[in-house]
Amino acid sequence: MKIYVPGDSAAISVGADEVAQAIAAKVNGATIIRNGSRGALWLEPMVEIETDKGRTAYGPVSVSDIDSLIAADFMHGGAHPLSLGESEKIEWLASQDRVTFKRVGIIDPLSLADYEAHGGLVGLRRAISINSAEIIEEVTQSGVRGRGGAGFPAGIKWKTVAGAVSDQKYICCNADEGDSGTFADRMLIEGDPFTLIEGMTIAAIAVGATQGIVYLRSEYPYAIKILQKAIDIAHAFGWLGSSILGSNFAFDLKIRVGAGSYVCGEETAMLESIEGKRGVVRAKPPLPALEGLFGKPTVINNVLTLSTIPAVMADGADAYKARGVGRSLGTQVFQLAGNIKRGGIVEKPFGISIEEVVNGYGGGTLTGEPIRAVQIGGPLGAYFGTDKFETSLDYESMLAAGGMLGHGGIVVFDDSVDLAQQARFAMAFCALESCGKCTPCRLGSTRGVETIDLIIQGVKVDENKKLLLDLCEVMTDGSLCAMGGLTPMPVKSAMINFPEDFTGEVSRR
Amino acid sequence: MKYSAWSQEAALDVLATLREEKGAVLMALQALQKEFGYVHQEDVALVANFFNNSRADVHGVLTFYHDLLTEPPTENQISVCVAEACQAVGSRKLEKDLKAKFGKEVHDGYCFGNCALGPSAMVNGAILGRASVDSIAKARV
Repeated sequence: MKIYVPGDSAAISVGADEVAQAIAAKVNGATIIRNGSRGALWLEPMVEIETDKGRTAYGPVSVSDIDSLIAADFMHGGAHPLSLGESEKIEWLASQDRVTFKRVGIIDPLSLADYEAHGGLVGLRRAISINSAEIIEEVTQSGVRGRGGAGFPAGIKWKTVAGAVSDQKYICCNADEGDSGTFADRMLIEGDPFTLIEGMTIAAIAVGATQGIVYLRSEYPYAIKILQKAIDIAHAFGWLGSSILGSNFAFDLKIRVGAGSYVCGEETAMLESIEGKRGVVRAKPPLPALEGLFGKPTVINNVLTLSTIPAVMADGADAYKARGVGRSLGTQVFQLAGNIKRGGIVEKPFGISIEEVVNGYGGGTLTGEPIRAVQIGGPLGAYFGTDKFETSLDYESMLAAGGMLGHGGIVVFDDSVDLAQQARFAMAFCALESCGKCTPCRLGSTRGVETIDLIIQGVKVDENKKLLLDLCEVMTDGSLCAMGGLTPMPVKSAMINFPEDFTGEVSRR
Repeated sequence: MKYSAWSQEAALDVLATLREEKGAVLMALQALQKEFGYVHQEDVALVANFFNNSRADVHGVLTFYHDLLTEPPTENQISVCVAEACQAVGSRKLEKDLKAKFGKEVHDGYCFGNCALGPSAMVNGAILGRASVDSIAKARV
């Protein structure tokens, strides 16, 4: 009898380990599988039982529920107040369009047999059977764009690296998911690590690289453990190593663990960090595609970009680009976070509205108070009010609305939020995390905090608001990377969309 | 958490495991901290020597990364997320209350990727969701 209790760290954070232990102790003959999370995080720990009708779910389960679950014969799908019915029919999940996340929460993350039974390795085997140019053409045609936030077409990046001549090339996966409100990289790695490894292997074959590195943040200790185990399994299987699945291609993969620096999510700072140095941003050009890690041609892609590639190779570019809108093709893995009733992973084609995600899937705030603001795209993304909720979530529409899609994180705030404080935090965070290389970011962020403090205190408010906007312009235009260049986005959007919070009066609302 | 007592020989043993690594300075400092709980002041020269870097370079790396500590850690290490998603569910107050109660044990964290179940905290490496002063107190040793 198989019982699934997620080993995802979000599930563990609300007691999944204790639930798994209690079930193991009390239920005879139970085989407990620590799957990833299906992404309905408010239902975690969500326990699933494999019955002859498929999987039946219960959640959120706590240790004190186990006795009553046993009494209700949950092992055979018995009725219980926590019963959620058949897992595949839970509306919140069934209505999604899972491509990148299609196996997450379903398979045992460390079972290669499970992985292959659910379509794993099909893309890689096809990549081995065709030539490099054909792989890159398929990826280019699919329209997959960089999921880290910049949205750069993956195929074009790969083509540049493939065309570079060098004795050594690298594939670097950026898993430094430092943006607050984002957790899809972590959940993918914890729930389906072989997909990432497969995507990186395909990239290596496409561009002629033999060494891969995953730069994974230290704040994700559970993901580090699971990915390392998956890499070891792939090695033992003859997937990684000197001959990929018996072919003439070689590929090795290592994890490098971050050390608590946000700016190392910027690709060139990440390269410096992997080289063991301070995470100081490099000027571009040279592009990392030509002179990247240790000066060699390097593909740098986000976890979700690389993890989408196996599906593109398995099902073809046409199937992928049939989804989405305009130049934002395929699906986006949205992450619903903050003060939200039903938070988690919502994978849908680009073009769904903010309203559908936040109120439709999210069900409003956890506190039950009205939503006042959402921040989309991480700490460098814009703050919007509910008047912008009909905006389509795709790269171009978000840009037109004065924001950005970023890595797809959406943080919800209720009406207790003070947007002047949020703007101040954006500047303070930039001051804390700036690498220090360029002046607009290093000094501008500290001046930004001081200026917002004066506005909050009501000192020469109009003058200081003008000064702050001027500072934002300098940071946007003059910073070397997105850290300093985009910190003005949350600040300016808060000032524009919530001017009532920047009047310097305490009882402004 | 339990750490080994620092000695030069023990530190060199740690470094020896990284001899073959390319660009190993940051890894070396992380490995030393994992073994001894922090980076000892004499480690800077040891690492510089071992990997043929300048002491200034190693010092630069040591002081850049928030994770790296130069003092022995407190017995309990509490890291509370103070980034936006956790702010939206009250982490600013939680942080204040925790610092009042547990003082130097408490550090600001910036996102543990548990943003739908905040406020989040890490207590001695274990993650806590929907964290409160009580649940964090219980997770301490």
